[in-house]
Amino acid sequence: MSVLFILIAASLAIALLFLLAFIWSVKSGQYEDDYTPSVRILFDETGKSKPVNKTKSI
Amino acid sequence: MIVEQFKYDNRWVRNFAFASFIWGFVGMLVGLIIALQLIFPQLNFVEWTTFGRLRPLHTNAVIFAFVGNGLFMGIYYSLQRLLKTRMWSDKLSAIHFWGWQLIIVSAAITLPLGITAGKEYAELEWPIDIAITLIWVVFGINMFATILVRRERHLYVAIWFYIATWITVAMLHIVNSLEIPVTLFKSYSLYAGVQDALVQWWYGHNAVAFFLTTPYLGMMYYFLPKAAGRPVYSYRLSIIHFWALIFLYIWAGPHHLLYTALPDWAQSLGTVFSIMLIAPSWGGMINGLLTLRGAWDKVREDPILKFMVVAVTAYGMATFEGPMLSIKSVNAISHYTDWTIAHVHIGALGWNGFLTFGVLYWLIPRLYKTNLFSIKLANTHFWLGTLGILFYAVPLYWAGFTQSFMWKQFTPEGILKYPNFLETVNAIKPMYMLRAVGGLLYLTGTTVGIYNLFKTAAQGTFQAEEDAEAPALEKEYTPHSNEGWHRVIERRPVQFLIASLIMVAIGGAVELIPTFLIESNVPSIASVKPYTPLELQGRDIYIREGCYNCHSQMIRPFRSETERYGEYSKAGEFVYDHPFQFGSKRTGPDLQREGGKYPDTWHYNHMLEPSSMSPGSIMPSYPHIIDHDLDLSSMEAKIRAMQTLGVPYPKGYAQQARADVDKQATQIQDNLAKGGVKVSKNKEIIALIAYLQRLGTDIKGAPKAAAVK
Repeated sequence: MSVLFILIAASLAIALLFLLAFIWSVKSGQYEDDYTPSVRILFDETGKSKPVNKTKSI
Repeated sequence: MIVEQFKYDNRWVRNFAFASFIWGFVGMLVGLIIALQLIFPQLNFVEWTTFGRLRPLHTNAVIFAFVGNGLFMGIYYSLQRLLKTRMWSDKLSAIHFWGWQLIIVSAAITLPLGITAGKEYAELEWPIDIAITLIWVVFGINMFATILVRRERHLYVAIWFYIATWITVAMLHIVNSLEIPVTLFKSYSLYAGVQDALVQWWYGHNAVAFFLTTPYLGMMYYFLPKAAGRPVYSYRLSIIHFWALIFLYIWAGPHHLLYTALPDWAQSLGTVFSIMLIAPSWGGMINGLLTLRGAWDKVREDPILKFMVVAVTAYGMATFEGPMLSIKSVNAISHYTDWTIAHVHIGALGWNGFLTFGVLYWLIPRLYKTNLFSIKLANTHFWLGTLGILFYAVPLYWAGFTQSFMWKQFTPEGILKYPNFLETVNAIKPMYMLRAVGGLLYLTGTTVGIYNLFKTAAQGTFQAEEDAEAPALEKEYTPHSNEGWHRVIERRPVQFLIASLIMVAIGGAVELIPTFLIESNVPSIASVKPYTPLELQGRDIYIREGCYNCHSQMIRPFRSETERYGEYSKAGEFVYDHPFQFGSKRTGPDLQREGGKYPDTWHYNHMLEPSSMSPGSIMPSYPHIIDHDLDLSSMEAKIRAMQTLGVPYPKGYAQQARADVDKQATQIQDNLAKGGVKVSKNKEIIALIAYLQRLGTDIKGAPKAAAVK
């Protein structure tokens, strides 16, 4: 059953790495722009054809 | 900056959409039929339509045909718009679409014929497995090439989910489908027993995760904001949601094997990760629901949003229930009962079904440049579907609890209160009836929905090519200073793919490799011997008929189970089982210690007409097994395949196998004759009896101390 200890160690190591990466990413301003992408998808630049239904009333 | 003109390809989006709801109807109809078979066994009709063959058809149809086409629809539509580019190759899109439909048709033909690999949700035989792999690669090339030629540098969260879906499903499918072909329509799993079970549920659970969940989460992150007309509640939460979800999900598979012969540490690992999964799952659900903040008035009027809200809510319920069911003490009650069936249908009918229809109601009018044919009918569909889910799930929860407690009930004298398994089946038949009503309601809703969508398509004009424009992507990109690592990988799909692969592979590897490498995990038992050739043939009939859909071969170490069935199952008993047949549902009793329980004549009569031996039985009758001659044409190939897999038949045994078949068959024929049953020794029933009488007998009579670890 010694493999269980190896597993716990490996899992904790990975978890720790992710925690460090997360803290680092927050501190380094990684999530500075976490708004634009969510808004951008709402606009479709459809070309010559006019978008029908864009404000569909239901 | 040059603005480029191009066209989105709507043709394959439309085709996948139609394929989704047409196959969906078929899959749900088969579901309703098998639900009715559990109440009226005479509905099993002929050998090709028995429960054991139709149930895999139902699960494969709704998972891979309904949801499969649904997710391709969502990906083909949203990927083009999110990346501001057309799908990379029209030809690959066509191959992907037609290839997938061909796979579905071949599944619909082979499964009723009894051509099956005998592993749940991975029943399709090896030639179809290869076809799935090829088409999946075609899909992958088309998707990644589209990502490479994109006009939008930032990869929106939905695309990450699509990428993780592709790579993980590829890995799961290949690893779980490794098998040795015997004939064109028959193969044996590369793994045996407990190891096969672990691989299978690692696959099975992650098929739920990466086929039914991640692509639909991606679709939620695209279509829900679109339908609501407002951005997702928190983009930051979506990033955390994604990474946490894919990392945790891959470890959760063993929770399907709690209290089985799987090593304890693997069970615990599965439990821990399953419980942790509630965090990212609910993060995603909350992110979806809060997207509607301030727009709940729209939900009242818009059936599309209604469908989506119930879908996300069902996702939340199912992902709360999942971790609860992974706790061993809860699982001790729920496992093998209808509780599991209720749980998966909250996910399938609620999450996948309702999100698919929400997206369809949003998408089809746009593809056809028209309005939805009838809002009223869409609302009717919504209410029929919602009632259907309730009528489906609630009675089955009730049935699950009832039956499980009856199984475990002892009298004050310490003997089983309901020793006859059938008593516990009869107690829940009314609940089965209500469940079928729920299924019928849901199917009626689906039919209304399909009518509405066809009418919508008929009143509009399909626009296969949709004009779009976007600036070309600048070749040189100078990253902003102070830019985070995530932003950097978001621009690198290939590296991103590799990173996702590493993430999901770690979980799989840590669980699988030790189980294979460390012998102590599967303690060998000296008295366990390979199956005789006749028993092997009988086992293949058992697999063909899909007996594992209703009968488990895994006795858990509870007093209520050892009293009812006999000594609990040991890992070492299954070392020659390619594939394993633990089963996951006890519609009928466990069969692990069936050998020697009844005389041969009992089995003969029981297979001919189950209710003659067990009055009130809901098992189908199997007269065809008594009529059919046993096909021995691949006998030698089967033995050789087993030898390749490491089953210790003596060298050159393939040549003697037929003689041994004849010897054992004659014995069973004589036994039956003594009991007054005249049957020729070359019938399939002889082989099946040989197998059933062998089950679990290897360690019967062995000193108990040797069996306990």
